[in-house]
Amino acid sequence: MTASVGGPTAVVRMNGIQKYFGAVHANRGAEIEVGAGEIHALVGENGAGKSTLMKILSGMQAPDGGRVEVGGRDVTGWTTAQAIAAGVGMVHQHFMLVPTLTVAENVVLGREPVSVATFDRDRAIREVEELSEQSGLIVPANRLVADLSVGEAQRVEILKTLYRGARILLLDEPTAVLSPPEVTELWAVLRRVRDTGTTIILITHKLDEVMAVTECITVMRQGATVARMATRATTPEGIAKAMVGRDVNLAVQTSAGRGNGAADGGGGATGLTVRNLTVRGPRIERAVNDVTFSVAPGEILGIAGVEGNGQTELLEAISGLRAITSGSIRVGDRDITRASVRERGDAGLSHIPEDRHQRGLVLEYSVADNLILGQQHHYSRNGAIDRAAVATNAAKQVAAFDVRPTDASLEVRTLSGGNQQKVVIARELSRDFIVLLAAQPTRGVDVGAIEFIHDTLRKARDAGKAILLVSAELREVLSLADRVAVMYGGRFVAVMPRADASEEVLGPYMTGARKADTESAA
Amino acid sequence: MSMTPARRAALEEALLPPIVALALVLVAGDVLILTYGEAPGAVWRLMLEGTWGNAYGVGQVLYKATTLACTGLAVAVALRAGLFNIGAEGQLAAGGFGAAFAGLALPTGTPSIIGIVICIAAAMLFGGAAGAVPGVLRAKFGAHEVIVTIMMNFIVLALLNYVIAAKLHVPETLHTPAIHTGSIARIGDSIGAFHGSAVNWSVVVVSAAVAAVSWYLFRTRGGFELRAVGLQPGAAEYGGVNVSRTWMRALALSGAIAGLGGVNFVLGYKGYYEDGFAGGAGFLGIAVALVGRNHPLGVVVAALFFATLSQGGLAINAMVPKQIVEVLQGLVILAVAASVPEVRRLVLKAAGTRRAAPVSPKPMSGSDAEAPR
Repeated sequence: MTASVGGPTAVVRMNGIQKYFGAVHANRGAEIEVGAGEIHALVGENGAGKSTLMKILSGMQAPDGGRVEVGGRDVTGWTTAQAIAAGVGMVHQHFMLVPTLTVAENVVLGREPVSVATFDRDRAIREVEELSEQSGLIVPANRLVADLSVGEAQRVEILKTLYRGARILLLDEPTAVLSPPEVTELWAVLRRVRDTGTTIILITHKLDEVMAVTECITVMRQGATVARMATRATTPEGIAKAMVGRDVNLAVQTSAGRGNGAADGGGGATGLTVRNLTVRGPRIERAVNDVTFSVAPGEILGIAGVEGNGQTELLEAISGLRAITSGSIRVGDRDITRASVRERGDAGLSHIPEDRHQRGLVLEYSVADNLILGQQHHYSRNGAIDRAAVATNAAKQVAAFDVRPTDASLEVRTLSGGNQQKVVIARELSRDFIVLLAAQPTRGVDVGAIEFIHDTLRKARDAGKAILLVSAELREVLSLADRVAVMYGGRFVAVMPRADASEEVLGPYMTGARKADTESAA
Repeated sequence: MSMTPARRAALEEALLPPIVALALVLVAGDVLILTYGEAPGAVWRLMLEGTWGNAYGVGQVLYKATTLACTGLAVAVALRAGLFNIGAEGQLAAGGFGAAFAGLALPTGTPSIIGIVICIAAAMLFGGAAGAVPGVLRAKFGAHEVIVTIMMNFIVLALLNYVIAAKLHVPETLHTPAIHTGSIARIGDSIGAFHGSAVNWSVVVVSAAVAAVSWYLFRTRGGFELRAVGLQPGAAEYGGVNVSRTWMRALALSGAIAGLGGVNFVLGYKGYYEDGFAGGAGFLGIAVALVGRNHPLGVVVAALFFATLSQGGLAINAMVPKQIVEVLQGLVILAVAASVPEVRRLVLKAAGTRRAAPVSPKPMSGSDAEAPR
């Protein structure tokens, strides 16, 4: 295998890349060298400029400075069409597939085989099946894309790029939507694709992935390349340190809660109680299907599961953002089943929403104003907002949660993802509450802020709050939860104490391969 | 880190469009004037003298700006809540009719201050009702407010035309009898210099309304929630705001402000309602709001600008056709519309959804699932 970096075999070489978006300096002299036929990780925190660098490589963006070479040829500032023609293909985080077409049709889309001016479907199917066999990317050529699982859809995306003759494959956070077994499969596929001579660049911020599948690593921080290393010669701690610029504690802590009710979560609980909850989703009649559970004070119940199995609908229903079909919800000893969002908040429900840009923040509002969102009725007198109280609160929260920059009059959109999330968390944790819904609390947040957020959640738990945690990161669930539930197809298919849970145990439940006998027995 | 670039960018974004528009107007105006064989400098000078050069001109500009400020502010308030109110024309007419109706219905002996207050309230009530209809339809049934407000213009104007023509007109005219209560005095009556110009004390009422709306939008809980709904409905809903109710409230308020504009003509100028008095001032309100960047103060400046152009057209009519001014108004609207962030964002969003149309086969995350709503 190509040893460490560069050398004469480098198939991609980018030097001194500069890219500005308005006032934002996204790439400041970034560089990367990728050897032919290797799986290369491009890692860095959110906003480090990884995606920008890859968009420049794939022709979607033109650099403001620097030089891009592919296969020894200067291709600086080329177009996507030129990049595809030269064999550079990108698989995006959000799939670009037409759900109403079959797999084969999707794969050949844009390069359809034609016989006498009509689409040659048989040949398309044949070609796709051949390619599928060669690459090890097993896909059902005749099925509609709408009927595929997420993992299958991703394979179609990769196959599509290969069909167009990609010799350099760029993958942007490919595991974000996959369950653990699907991730393992993806690695096998990528290794096989690599063995056919394709070079792969993997954009990621998950260090275990980097260790599992790559040969070489480029680390970016604040728009610049800060380290290049051979995977064999480093450790996750070493990579994390390069990403953040300081030491980071990556150990999975499993500090148990005070544990009143942590074991059974039942009798005398005055936290969150959900009974027989059924919720309609945007596409499915029973996105949440007759779920019953409770979270005791001083307990974190973590819900694991592949995204799209009803977690979103469950939390939206509890927080009052989505109408329920049937069931009941209690916070403390108050029934909030029919309460408005505001009444639920006043009853003691705090909520860190999974999408801070759509739900959690008004991006054009200042940090100070965002810190009272949902509390505005407590910050007004006779209908007028009490500006002095808003400012006092902002100063307090910004200091307590270390939000940077510290100027609370700035629009929250100018903050980094991690600091935006700190604003949400500061707001939701500083108020009076009994129950906290924490959905993807560290999504899109840099490694440094993750530690802080996890600590904050543990402290809230230790202070006697009942916390319902939903996370797509199994690691996060395992690190925080006292009890773990797995959601699949709108149901709780397994509930167990943290001590019994591990990736190996939970994996089969997450894919639906296993179902517990006693369903929703939480 | 440093916030200077952000602040500078915000300032640029606020000032650049009007400046570019103004430059465009000057250049295009020069060309047009030259084609009529006149000297641009002389024509511009004439325009300035005829508007801001004497008290009568100033009075006329202020009179026109008063109506435009109302319709512009109406559009701006709705836009702050994320709604496009194209119905200011009908709401303005409804407000004017409401004022005249109250002025005719009140007993003759009503003290004038009480009469004025009731007439103004009636104007806002009628305009507000015309605005509330699309608001309710949007909130309850999801009917798009652009369609409904456009259609409401036809309905309101046709209805008023019918009422005037069939029931209330002075023979041989299309206006109501003169109101006997609620008249607002012209400023020229007490300040001689303004004599003959249409400007009246409504301008004070409207100025107070601008200040009140400004306070409401930026200093009250209602305004906080209204703007949050306009910027990020999802976050507002999450923050305990009833989005539908906010939409209804915003459109009713918008209609009431547009209706207030009717006071200027009916109570302050003519003393009666005349069919067709709105005459495009409602539609021009959209331009005023865009140029004024949906800010009450910006709306006032933009209203003064458009009023100046409009009055200036009359002043230069002796040298060049006054229609030149309409061309210039159109140019301003195009130039600003192309650069205003709201429009740019709408265009980008439209382009974005088109590009992202073939999306993921399965719901990948909550935000994806919400997107098609």
